Amino acid sequence: MGEQAPAIELKGISKAFGPVQANKDISIRVMPGTIHGIIGENGAGKSTLMSILYGFYKADKGEIFISGQKTEIPDSQAAIAAGIGMVFQHFKLVENFTVLENIILGAEDGGLLTPSLAKARKTLLELEHEYGLNVDPDAVIEELGVGMQQRVEILKALYRQADILILDEPTGVLTPAEADQLFRILDRLRQEGKTIILITHKLREIMEATDTVSVMRRGEMTATVKTSETSPAELAELMVGRKVLLRVDKTPAKPGNVVLDVKGLRVVDDKGVERIKGIDLQVRAGEIVGIAGVAGNGQSELLEVLGGYADATGEIRVNGQPLELSGKLADGRTRRARGIAHVPEDRQREGLIMDFSAWENTAFGYHRDPGYQSGVLLNNAAIRTDTEEKMNRFDVRPPNPALAAKNFSGGNQQKIVLAREIERNPDLLLVGQPTRGVDIGAIEFIHQQIVALRDKGKAVLLVSVELEEILALADRVAVMFDGHIMGERLSAETDEKELGLLMAGVTA
Amino acid sequence: MDVMPKWAEVTLVPLISLVLAALLSALVILAIGEDPVEAVNLMVTGALGSTYGWGYTLYYATNFLFTGLAVSVAFHAGLFNIGGEGQAMLGGLGVALACLFIPWPHWTLALLGASVAAAVFGAAWAAIPAFLQAKRGSHIVITTIMFNFIGAAVLNYVLVNLMRPPGSMDPATARFPEITHLPTLHDILLPLGINFSKSAPANVTFIIALLACVLVWFLLWRTWLGYEIRSYGKSEPGAKYAGISPVAITMIAMLISGALAGLMAINNVMGEAERLVLNAVEGAGFIGIAVALMGRSHPFGVLLAAILFGFLYQGGAELALWTSIPRELIVVIQALVILFTGALDNMVRMPLERLFLMLRRGNA
Amino acid sequence: MDFLTFVQLLDSTVRLATPLLLACLAGLFSERAGIFDIGLEGKMLAAAFFSAAIAAVTGSVWLGLLAGITASMAFSLLHGVASITFRGNQLISGVAINFLAAGLTVLIAQDWFSQGGRTPSLMGGGRFEPITLPFADALDGVPVLGPIYRELISGHSILVYVAFAMVPLTWWILFRTRFGLRLRAVGENPAAVDTAGVSVVGLRYAAVIICGVLCGIAGAYLSTALQAGFVKDMSAGRGFIALAALIFAKWRPWYALYATLLFGLFGALETRPDVIEGLFGLKVQGALLGALPYVMTVIILAGFVGKAIPPRAGGKPYVKER
Repeated sequence: MGEQAPAIELKGISKAFGPVQANKDISIRVMPGTIHGIIGENGAGKSTLMSILYGFYKADKGEIFISGQKTEIPDSQAAIAAGIGMVFQHFKLVENFTVLENIILGAEDGGLLTPSLAKARKTLLELEHEYGLNVDPDAVIEELGVGMQQRVEILKALYRQADILILDEPTGVLTPAEADQLFRILDRLRQEGKTIILITHKLREIMEATDTVSVMRRGEMTATVKTSETSPAELAELMVGRKVLLRVDKTPAKPGNVVLDVKGLRVVDDKGVERIKGIDLQVRAGEIVGIAGVAGNGQSELLEVLGGYADATGEIRVNGQPLELSGKLADGRTRRARGIAHVPEDRQREGLIMDFSAWENTAFGYHRDPGYQSGVLLNNAAIRTDTEEKMNRFDVRPPNPALAAKNFSGGNQQKIVLAREIERNPDLLLVGQPTRGVDIGAIEFIHQQIVALRDKGKAVLLVSVELEEILALADRVAVMFDGHIMGERLSAETDEKELGLLMAGVTA
Repeated sequence: MDVMPKWAEVTLVPLISLVLAALLSALVILAIGEDPVEAVNLMVTGALGSTYGWGYTLYYATNFLFTGLAVSVAFHAGLFNIGGEGQAMLGGLGVALACLFIPWPHWTLALLGASVAAAVFGAAWAAIPAFLQAKRGSHIVITTIMFNFIGAAVLNYVLVNLMRPPGSMDPATARFPEITHLPTLHDILLPLGINFSKSAPANVTFIIALLACVLVWFLLWRTWLGYEIRSYGKSEPGAKYAGISPVAITMIAMLISGALAGLMAINNVMGEAERLVLNAVEGAGFIGIAVALMGRSHPFGVLLAAILFGFLYQGGAELALWTSIPRELIVVIQALVILFTGALDNMVRMPLERLFLMLRRGNA
Repeated sequence: MDFLTFVQLLDSTVRLATPLLLACLAGLFSERAGIFDIGLEGKMLAAAFFSAAIAAVTGSVWLGLLAGITASMAFSLLHGVASITFRGNQLISGVAINFLAAGLTVLIAQDWFSQGGRTPSLMGGGRFEPITLPFADALDGVPVLGPIYRELISGHSILVYVAFAMVPLTWWILFRTRFGLRLRAVGENPAAVDTAGVSVVGLRYAAVIICGVLCGIAGAYLSTALQAGFVKDMSAGRGFIALAALIFAKWRPWYALYATLLFGLFGALETRPDVIEGLFGLKVQGALLGALPYVMTVIILAGFVGKAIPPRAGGKPYVKER
């Protein structure tokens, strides 16, 4: 009927990993020259779907049509040949190569480099001009910022004459300003007739940038709608399957004495880059202070310094007593002895030893405490008993202390960590990304535990990249941007819009 | 998720690897025109058919226990100590110095003193690579390899220029005094009414090696230090989070590892040769790698693997004596064991995992 | 020390540096692609045996060279299967290959020749003979340049010239060809290569095979040019010195040439204690001189004199992840 063929059409795609059904009977149509969003929670199956489209995985069932042609995509080469370009969340660039070398890698023109590079330089300049993507072709990747590196990824796809561009969580590492720039670039690409698929879990981006949007939940495509005909509330509901109520029941905070007092804190990482550029921060007993910000603006370093595994300069006092910020005593053990407990941002890398049993993990960090240690020995029996009790109180399933950490679900792993840290009854609890990769049911429980600790008159410092979580949980919010604290607000008196501006480095 | 039950992980994987290595070795024996069944017969009688054979088997096993434990402790800390050879060499130097220059009143004290010297020298030889790894990030595999060669050169120099008795052409020390000679298994077992071969070199060190086995197990799974070593070996960021110092653990684990490798010298240098010769270690440091891999770095597994390799060494020597199969057959078997249990671990594991997955589905 | 002794010292430096250089470049290809190789020693040894054995049997050194290369490549492929296909530990695989070669060469030598793990001595066409370059005799009378040309530049076996020609060739392949770009990329970030639609596995196997070929030439040189036949363990740690040289050279071809020449000089001096005594007036133990490459490598690794940073993806099996 004269209707244009869709740029991409997926029909009945299914993919299972062992017992886990990552994609169930998924179908989408994306028209050329549009931006199509795919939204869903972590683990909803978005990335699996895109990996199938880029030839990383083979679908168990289903068909892919590119511009109306049935296409097999057994590997990335076939995807590239079909005109698909992908910008991964973690960039796939060779860090000590130049921009130009990265761009021609795999798309060289003949066996010799010199002519390939010369030709690529010309093409690159044309592309840069056409799409307003300025990058120095001779810059070495590791010397570029993340925003620039992302441009290189986009240019890589365009150099390979991609007509369909997939971007996986492209704003995760960008500042709001960089993100806006990215969306302008995407808009320009759309005007030039490119088709764009934007994968994200951020509603705001979907509403701002896309023409149509598909929602994924637990491996299934729950809806595809025109963006102009939907609302964030409707999308959120489609995403989680019920009305989200990210409201935590809590009474107003009754802040007491200052527990954590940070003054003029500076952190330089091992590459010599200053990550925290002199911040002041206070957390009082009986309050939760949230640190909001785009990932990579110094929040992780703040937790690492407080947790005792990164050096810093400046001053930190806990209950009035100064903490060592470098040297032997700036370690996790001394910090714990000072009443600081820490639920780290990445529980699988830091918070747990995945091959250790639940009971061994319950002693992790506290293995030298009286009760767990006697002389040179570990008191294994006491640790086991203690673990059993903690698992019961925190409803960890299955309640088997001998099971290795890797065999628990994300939510239960987090509960093991949380039980270990909270049950120590610390004066100050550091919490990083408490609900990342945690199922909805466990989120509520985890939030309740954190609030309960606050109500016992303890101080809590919460770091999260989820603004919703910060607003729901924290009593006071400090926003970090580029190693600075841009401002502090009472969460009752602020909103996402104001915080979003601060996160972008804009002070009102 | 764990696909395989733990028992399969610790028994089936090494067993299948061993069977593969044995099958390939049988093929090698066939290829050079000998009968593998006959060869195995010869090896079993030669190594296990007499107390003389057992005496050699256990003597070799003692060496491999120490070096196998050395590699295992480092493995648990996530470090690959390939320098057991050099550490055992230097351990020998420690033993020689202790035996030659200290007038011991009794062999028990001499054994104690020589053990301390062996451990200290072995640990010292591991200390520099450990320090460079911990503080400077130099790859410990490469530095320990380099230290094997440097150790050989140092020992060569010391033996030729400093410790060689005047008039001797042999690059070796003088014989150790009578008082430092260790009782053999013959001496130990005779009071119990067991007439163990008198000429076999197995000696009291075997008991010390067994003790070391128990101590290492105890260290790794019962003490907080062992807990810290294992944590660090599994996850460095995790260790940092938990307040475990990577520098301290790297140093401690490597010092223990080096000390264990060095301790081997009380068996071969003090117990057997009773003087220090240039090539005293005879590759036992490297066999420790095979033993640790085969024994899954668990002291009990290491014990079994060490006895297996002791058997192979003694059996191989017998084989070389009675057939045209050279002793190097053992080196081939050792290589195959390292290959299958270490490098081709996944090749053995993947079909097994698939099998267990099928079994589990069948039950569900 | 007179001038001729000096030239002769350099001449033996060149001869001793040749196997190191070939093995070092072999390791360079492998490690630049992200596959650590501590099995250079074993591959050289295997090649040394098979070259000598086949040369002895057929009387043709060229067939010997081919056999050596084939044997070395077979070990390379084994390393590839273990570390690329089955994503095993590359270091452990290297250790296994060293032992496998050490054992098998003696076992087979004994079976074939019954000479206590040696091959018969090679004669005539079974060896690579020195090549006298044109005008070597004619220029003899020219002072300084004459002896240098005759002793140092002329009069080596063909494999020496091959080894030295490999240096610019390696540089050119790595930095001027598509293959080189991809090879370097796969050692730094295999995911970048993979998502660009190029096979990581294919590239790494290619690198490992090139490594096998070069190790094969190095081993053949040992038993058919430097010496006349195979003896047990004749590689004598050269594979590890080559590894040391590779680190010393920071994985760069021209630096590899300088490093192996330096280590070759140590080797040459080891056999001429009189030269050192004449130069510095002190007796240096050969054994200690032999350990010098290892000591220097440790110092370089420690980062006290310029840090040696290996290829970033080196030693890690590539697992596809999103």
